Amino acid sequence: MILVLLILIPLLTGILSFSINGNGAKNLALLSTLATLVLSVCLSCTAGTESSYFNVPWIPNLGTSFSLIGDGMSSMLCLMTGIVMLVVMIVNRNKEVEKPGSFYGLMLLAQAGLMGVFLAYDALVFYVFWELALIPVYFLCSQWGGEKRIPATFKFFVYTFVGSLMMLAGLIYLSTQTPGINSYSWPSIAHAGASLAPAQQVWLFCLIFVAFAIKMPIFPFHTWQPDTYEQSPTPVTIILSALMVKMGMFGVLRWLFPVLPAGVAYWGNTVVVLSIIGIIYASLIAIVQTDIKRLLAYSSIAHMGLMCAAAFSPSNTGIHGIMVQMFNHGINITGMWVIVSMIENRWGTRDMTKMGGMATSAPQMAIALLIISFASIGLPLTNGFVGEFMLFTGLFQSASIYHIGFMVVAALGVILGAVYTLNMVQKVAYGNTREQVINKDLAVNEYIGLAIIIAIIIFLGVYPKPLLDLTAGVVNTLVH
Amino acid sequence: MTQLVYLIPLFPLIGFLINGLGWRTIPKTAAGVIGSLAILASFVVSVGIFFEVNSPSFHGPVLVHLFDFIQTGKLYIPFTFQVDALSTLFLLIITGVGFLIHVYSTSYMHHDEGMVKYFAFLNLFVFSMLLLVLGANYLVMFIGWEGVGLCSYLLIGFWFKNRDYTNAAKKAFVMNRIGDLGFLVGMMMILFNYGTLSYGEFFGKLGTTPGALGDNTYNWIAICLFIGAIGKSAQIPLYTWLPDAMAGPTPVSALIHAATMVTAGIYMIARSSVLYNLAPFTLHIVAIIGLATAIFAATVAIKQYDIKKVLAYSTVSQLGFMFLALGVGAYTTAVFHVMTHAFFKALLFLGSGSVIHAMGGEQDIRLMGGLGKKMRVTQITFLIGCLAISGIPGFSGFFSKDEILAATYAHDPILYYMALAAAMMTAFYMFRLYFLTFTGTFRGTHDQEHHLHESPSAMTIPLIVLAILSVVGGYVGLPAVISEHHALASYLSPVVSNASEHHMAAGTEWLLMGLSSGLSVVMIIYAFTANKVPSFAPNTGLAKLLENKWYVDEIYDAIIVRPLAALSGLLDKFVEKSGIDGIVNGVGKGVRYGSDRIRMLQSGQVGFYIFVMVLGMVALFAITFFGVKL
Repeated sequence: MILVLLILIPLLTGILSFSINGNGAKNLALLSTLATLVLSVCLSCTAGTESSYFNVPWIPNLGTSFSLIGDGMSSMLCLMTGIVMLVVMIVNRNKEVEKPGSFYGLMLLAQAGLMGVFLAYDALVFYVFWELALIPVYFLCSQWGGEKRIPATFKFFVYTFVGSLMMLAGLIYLSTQTPGINSYSWPSIAHAGASLAPAQQVWLFCLIFVAFAIKMPIFPFHTWQPDTYEQSPTPVTIILSALMVKMGMFGVLRWLFPVLPAGVAYWGNTVVVLSIIGIIYASLIAIVQTDIKRLLAYSSIAHMGLMCAAAFSPSNTGIHGIMVQMFNHGINITGMWVIVSMIENRWGTRDMTKMGGMATSAPQMAIALLIISFASIGLPLTNGFVGEFMLFTGLFQSASIYHIGFMVVAALGVILGAVYTLNMVQKVAYGNTREQVINKDLAVNEYIGLAIIIAIIIFLGVYPKPLLDLTAGVVNTLVH
Repeated sequence: MTQLVYLIPLFPLIGFLINGLGWRTIPKTAAGVIGSLAILASFVVSVGIFFEVNSPSFHGPVLVHLFDFIQTGKLYIPFTFQVDALSTLFLLIITGVGFLIHVYSTSYMHHDEGMVKYFAFLNLFVFSMLLLVLGANYLVMFIGWEGVGLCSYLLIGFWFKNRDYTNAAKKAFVMNRIGDLGFLVGMMMILFNYGTLSYGEFFGKLGTTPGALGDNTYNWIAICLFIGAIGKSAQIPLYTWLPDAMAGPTPVSALIHAATMVTAGIYMIARSSVLYNLAPFTLHIVAIIGLATAIFAATVAIKQYDIKKVLAYSTVSQLGFMFLALGVGAYTTAVFHVMTHAFFKALLFLGSGSVIHAMGGEQDIRLMGGLGKKMRVTQITFLIGCLAISGIPGFSGFFSKDEILAATYAHDPILYYMALAAAMMTAFYMFRLYFLTFTGTFRGTHDQEHHLHESPSAMTIPLIVLAILSVVGGYVGLPAVISEHHALASYLSPVVSNASEHHMAAGTEWLLMGLSSGLSVVMIIYAFTANKVPSFAPNTGLAKLLENKWYVDEIYDAIIVRPLAALSGLLDKFVEKSGIDGIVNGVGKGVRYGSDRIRMLQSGQVGFYIFVMVLGMVALFAITFFGVKL
């Protein structure tokens, strides 16, 4: 029942929100995300040991039923979504948007879509939620975005939509291969896919993977991302970068690995090479960015590249590392965006060359920035380290000699990551204060939001066991 | 008592949390007291543990399991501390010297508005350093390893308004990260081959399990770990961050960039002595890099004018000596030098802090002179430090450095002569520094001269204690010709196994000792005659090369930093924007172009529609009747 509520609460409150105006929408959104988070926590408490399922008939003629699964991976992602959405709602308490009813309504609808994607246990349900998550985000970008939002969001929408359609085609084909009447349920899709001839799996992989590759995004499918991040309002950027990129990674783990093992084996090295190129490439480009949003966009590409590389050189440690890192990346990048949006609001610019002195003018904010920055470059005892260490170990352990080289090259990204992140900290926080800087440190709600993020960073950095335990079971089934 | 070892890092952690969370409200004096007391408490526990470890009833390392850190599949890495002779010795050095430097800082930093923050960072540093030496596996060591890097970054950039300082901080962190990559790869190899990161299990398996690459496995792992040590302990080619790190407050230079953090690399290799004994090739590289660094840094120190820069290069050079000792397999000797160096280099840095304090921030030794008259305590303690580092008999540095030289001689006389040359330069540049600073006539401004004063007792007492230690610290390791019993070596022997015990004739050993101390005295006299009055004339030739540190920073800038930045710019401009994104946009435009053409088909002319319809029907018939298969 929890599974359905996780989708229904944001869906219904989202629809309701369109008819509310002013602060009511904010309050409703806050309550809704809080309720979803509580439910996600409840789910996560049990999901590590036992998966829960939900199943009602939906369109029997098509062979699809509304079926959901709450296992370690999906509950972990729901938990992350819950936390991130709550933090977004908290830090936006003191900001005004136009038409708050529609704004928050769309945000909640996107959340419903995300929850559905993570929980889906039926290919068609998965696809429907995949699109449901995309559409509200498209409207959010195109209505509330920056000056160049129209071309940016158009590209984003077309790009991801093309990917989605290819995935749909692939999934439909798979369902026709199921024994007996067509079925979209995960077990029969997985069974059908895995029993296909390798040659078929190879081209099916291409169809489906493109959707995920665009979403993550993997080099060279990434060019929509910096523009979109730059032009979107920050709450939407958070949804995109903390949550929606995980749809791609999640899709790979749930809908590719078990479904098309031969396809994965065929394309694995190609994807790893692309991912590794992406890490170095995005890191290098991040170094020369002056727009702080674009810098974060490229850093996110580098981070996702590492996860994807580890995914396609599978080992128990590496896959487990992805679980940890998906969660932690979501938390950390949310923290980053929260601070970036504060900077943008207060200083009226995203150009780092025009910033400086935050450590003097807004020390609390600077401390938060510092902690989150070090978490994102994987300093030990922050959450970023555990995942990164496991990903590297995973890359290294996958028998082939190339992977040692891959690991070393990927780890060069860690050095570059330190370079651009510390550059950013230096330009933003250190130096003398600029004249136009508004000396306003964290407001109460911003303080709470960042405190949540930092508490998670430290807690999971010191004691990652809860997260590891939650996802250990799924990892076992994925690797064997 | 050993079970209480978790208290040792806990106290500094609490100190950090109190000062860190209360940075707005806590008064400066209270911050200093909290910070110092935290370290004192750790020191007391460390002493208690030391006595237990040193007693005959203590057998083998004690492991204290705190919690499970990472557990997945077969990979299991607990958060465990290890108490043994090596870690306990480092505990004493870190908390002991650390406490003195905290006390010194209460006075030195009292005028700084960021004092509470300073003590928070300093405690965090001690916490990380303690993790580094207490860990029972490489991952806990790595946690401390990067933790001290963070604190170093924070404290180098402590005065964050100065762009040069924050650049130095960034440089330190990034260069350390390059080394850390080696450490990381080393850990991966250990995990891959031996499935564990715990010292005990790993060393236990080493002799029996050759690993995937046979005997080369040992060398590969050892080299990777050594790369980590190169970064952290500022050896060629990753040393350039350490002189820049002098941007931080002087007590920080004393604690982090001389006495403790930079010796982490030596600790790591001494800790892994079992591994390195199996990797003679790597030991060779360690010796060569150490020796090269010792000589190279000493040449640069000769021509520096900034009091802290001289000490910084001296530190790099002394660390080189320690690696030389490691490289010739004399691990306990290296640890011995870590200890004595911690005493006299902390002393020298704190002494220079006292000087800088008195000079109102001036650091150029050409503008000092004759300070001894006004600052007697600083002068005498500084002199003791100089005598110790120069290896004058009776002072601690003599014993440890002599041991290094003797071990080097036993290994290879050619290396010995080169090391001797570096030791001679040490005596020269240290006494050049001493004479220019404390003797002769004052060369600064009138205001400065009027202002000259001895530092308050919170600063001079640590100096006196360290001066005493710089004298007596060497007597735990008497040369073999004087005493059969080497207290430190026998204390460390359960943990650290030297590659080979060198036994040389007593006559040779006396000769070596006499040679090095005699030459040191000669160099001191030479330094005295050569540096009565400093020259302000611009240097030329070799001197200019040395003053500019062989232009290594400029070379790195030209061959690494700028090409990388240029590459980034090119990728951003051409590959990303015009290339990949251009293709994506091109596909979009192509589709639009295509649909513009296809749209023409819907011309609205009924005749054309009927024509197409008939065509379609014919095709359908053809497929049905002639069995054309799609």
